[in-house]
Amino acid sequence: MNSKRQNKIAIGALYGIAGLVVLILLALLGYILASGVPQLSWHFLTAPAKAFLKGGGVGVQLFNSFYLLILAMAISFPIALGAAIYLYEYARDNWVTTTIRTAIEILSSLPSVVVGLFGFLFFVVKLRLGFSILSGAFALTFFNLPLLTRSIEDSLRTINLEQREGGLALGLSRWETVTRVILPAAVPSILTGVILSAGRVFGEAAALIYTAGQSAPALNFADWNPFNISSPLNPMRPAETLAVHIWKINSEGIMPDAKAISSGSSAVLIIAILLFNFTARYVGKRLYKRLTSA
Amino acid sequence: MFINNDVTKATTMQERHVVQPHEAGHPIILSTEDLHVFYGKKEALFEGDLQFGSNQITALIGPSGSGKSTYLRSLNRMNDRIATVTGKIMYRGVDINQPGIDVYEMRRRVGMVFQRPNPFAKSIYDNIAFALRLRGTTDKYALDEVVETSLKQAALWDQVKDDLNKSALALSGGQAQRLCIARAIAVKPDILLLDEPASALDPVSTSQLEDTLLDLKQHYTIIIVTHNMQQAARISEYTAFFNQGRVLEYDTTSQIFTNPQVQVTSDYVSGNFG
Amino acid sequence: MKTKTTQQLEQQLKRHSKAAKLEIWGRTVSLTALLLIVAVVVAIIGFVASKGIATFTSNHVNLWDFLTGKSWNPNITDANGKPEVGALPMIVGSFLITILSAIVATPFAIGTAVFMNEISPNKGAKILQPVTELLVGIPSVVYGFIGLSVVVPTTRAIFGGSGFGILSGTCVLFVMILPTVTSMSADALKSVPRYYREASLALGATQWQTIYKVVLRAATPGLMTAVVFGMARAFGEALAVQMVIGNAALMPNSLVSPSSTLTSVLTTGIGNTVMGSLQNNALWSLALVLLLMSLVFNLIIRLIGRKGRLQ
Repeated sequence: MNSKRQNKIAIGALYGIAGLVVLILLALLGYILASGVPQLSWHFLTAPAKAFLKGGGVGVQLFNSFYLLILAMAISFPIALGAAIYLYEYARDNWVTTTIRTAIEILSSLPSVVVGLFGFLFFVVKLRLGFSILSGAFALTFFNLPLLTRSIEDSLRTINLEQREGGLALGLSRWETVTRVILPAAVPSILTGVILSAGRVFGEAAALIYTAGQSAPALNFADWNPFNISSPLNPMRPAETLAVHIWKINSEGIMPDAKAISSGSSAVLIIAILLFNFTARYVGKRLYKRLTSA
Repeated sequence: MFINNDVTKATTMQERHVVQPHEAGHPIILSTEDLHVFYGKKEALFEGDLQFGSNQITALIGPSGSGKSTYLRSLNRMNDRIATVTGKIMYRGVDINQPGIDVYEMRRRVGMVFQRPNPFAKSIYDNIAFALRLRGTTDKYALDEVVETSLKQAALWDQVKDDLNKSALALSGGQAQRLCIARAIAVKPDILLLDEPASALDPVSTSQLEDTLLDLKQHYTIIIVTHNMQQAARISEYTAFFNQGRVLEYDTTSQIFTNPQVQVTSDYVSGNFG
Repeated sequence: MKTKTTQQLEQQLKRHSKAAKLEIWGRTVSLTALLLIVAVVVAIIGFVASKGIATFTSNHVNLWDFLTGKSWNPNITDANGKPEVGALPMIVGSFLITILSAIVATPFAIGTAVFMNEISPNKGAKILQPVTELLVGIPSVVYGFIGLSVVVPTTRAIFGGSGFGILSGTCVLFVMILPTVTSMSADALKSVPRYYREASLALGATQWQTIYKVVLRAATPGLMTAVVFGMARAFGEALAVQMVIGNAALMPNSLVSPSSTLTSVLTTGIGNTVMGSLQNNALWSLALVLLLMSLVFNLIIRLIGRKGRLQ
């Protein structure tokens, strides 16, 4: 009965490993939330940061994170959508397509710090955009493009070939079929992918420290003219995001309450990403139901 | 192995036997001349010279892989990206397989319904009005009318007239296939190609679908690929028998089923293979 | 002789329809988007490469010295008047931390994936899968911050010293790549056909024998891909590592002494050097090494994929 005993031991060990992993992962989540949530307050979420004193908030950083996220998504979504449509609906299976796919895969495997450095070199220095929201948004776009393209392509793949033939047989062009038949049907799954990628973009820091910069000048939230320097919408101002803030205050450590602020910021990041995840699942399911139900 | 049941009959059998409908004086709406289809280097259809009588139902039968679906899909150039199609496809005197033809315009005249019902993820109404709206029909009354007549012609109106705004994905298989027929005829084609439209349906829906096709014959020329020989016998005027990429026999349906001139056809229609 | 109606029909059928125009437009637009991405890839590689080789072309640093030199101090020139730009400490640091974290993470990840897929699919789907998927999305700075506030003090308490170093970095990266490797391994196991397991069990093999001899064997290419993917992520991770490694550009002589990686030096250095200077160029050379390594990881994943298909 040697093999039976071996079986018992091995399966016991697997239970142990899985348990340990769950423990580690839950401890991680638990730690972030337990140490961070008590820091959260309206003041923390809205007040500007203080460099040398206690009691600063992350209001500006939080705004910057969202602003950059929206800009980066607005730039990358149409490009990714177009690229995915071409790749899945038009491209023929030949060496050119394979090469292009490889290039996109390479982009997705590049370390984000390399993408950030390129953004620094090209946008900040060459195009003289400086450390700015715009430079950051472009860097995030590059970081986001390959994954978003792949996720949209996967969404297109879930729609049957028959749907495409149905459109073509009615005398529609391939383009009309894709935009009027396939995309509407793929919306739930595309949206899920977009929201999940938004979570990734929201937490990205390495691509931003040398593009959007590491400082967050005070903003005047009453001034919405994008051409004014203190306006929150000004795309040329440097903009430290929440994720960069966590890194910054931990590596410089001049803030007396750096740890508390980091805990709070981490919790905000995690909660935001949890929300992104849940929304993605919920919205995807809901839309799918609406599309198919009577 | 040698089957010697009736040697004399076997010798009188022909290799190939084709009687085109114009020989019976019927007007021809579509015909193919020297049609060949290649998937890459592999030839899937060696020869398909058929004529189709207008307002008739023509059935294409034959074993799987015989080239009948390949032939059908070539007729409105659905194979364009997948295969190379050479030869002429004459539609009312115009070769629609020549380069300058706008395939989109052509497909509005030569519509198609597929094996698996493929309603779009839209409401029943929008499924039908869809192609018309894209081509600029915005008038609500005109659209309403087309939706109603198309659904009536497809014998679906009575079942769905109160649910036009419901998702088409909620329809049953038979209803969905009718919807696809209604969708295809909404753009008022001349010819309707059907690729085994009943193969995913239950017997009751199948028989309803056959009745519908018989009604539709007044307005449209119908070419149908089917696996079901009884179906071909029940609804079609002409039947073409495909085998291994060739049309072996083409004649009136009654001839094909009662007095086939080619041995393979005879074997096939009597259920000896396929 | 064509009749008038035939000619009319031919004209109608040859008219360039709205659909045909839309088709050309759509094709062009979507192709442009795709080419834009390709241009970005080419630009990134081109720019980083051209900056990265400047150290060797305009500053005349010997490539071999760069890769094997043990002392990184671009501000100082050595006895021969050559700048000290030996990148070996960072290269070793990066590889060490990557390999160690992969070695620790692999058994945990594969074990968990096996548990999720083979032993308790129910609990796997209900608890483990959502948790791992969630954790894949946790930002790396958060891992770095936890490393800084939990792992570094713990290391300090146990091993003395500052607590910063390869060990802390490994711990952080282990937890960071664990969810990714786990969920990819689970996918690999999921793709093993059910009848493999049934056949094995029907032959009287125990569940463990089935897992070990059949399922894991069949899933090997996928599992390897998962691990290499995790390694690529670990190798390229910048901030989480930079926060806990100590950032001393020295050859690591112990796992608990401050060291550095390619990414950590880049993160701290690029803002403090002047564009075009040797100090700056040397950093771009590190970035180039990083880029090339990520290409190598990519290649390895491809090779595994190809081999997996051939089997």
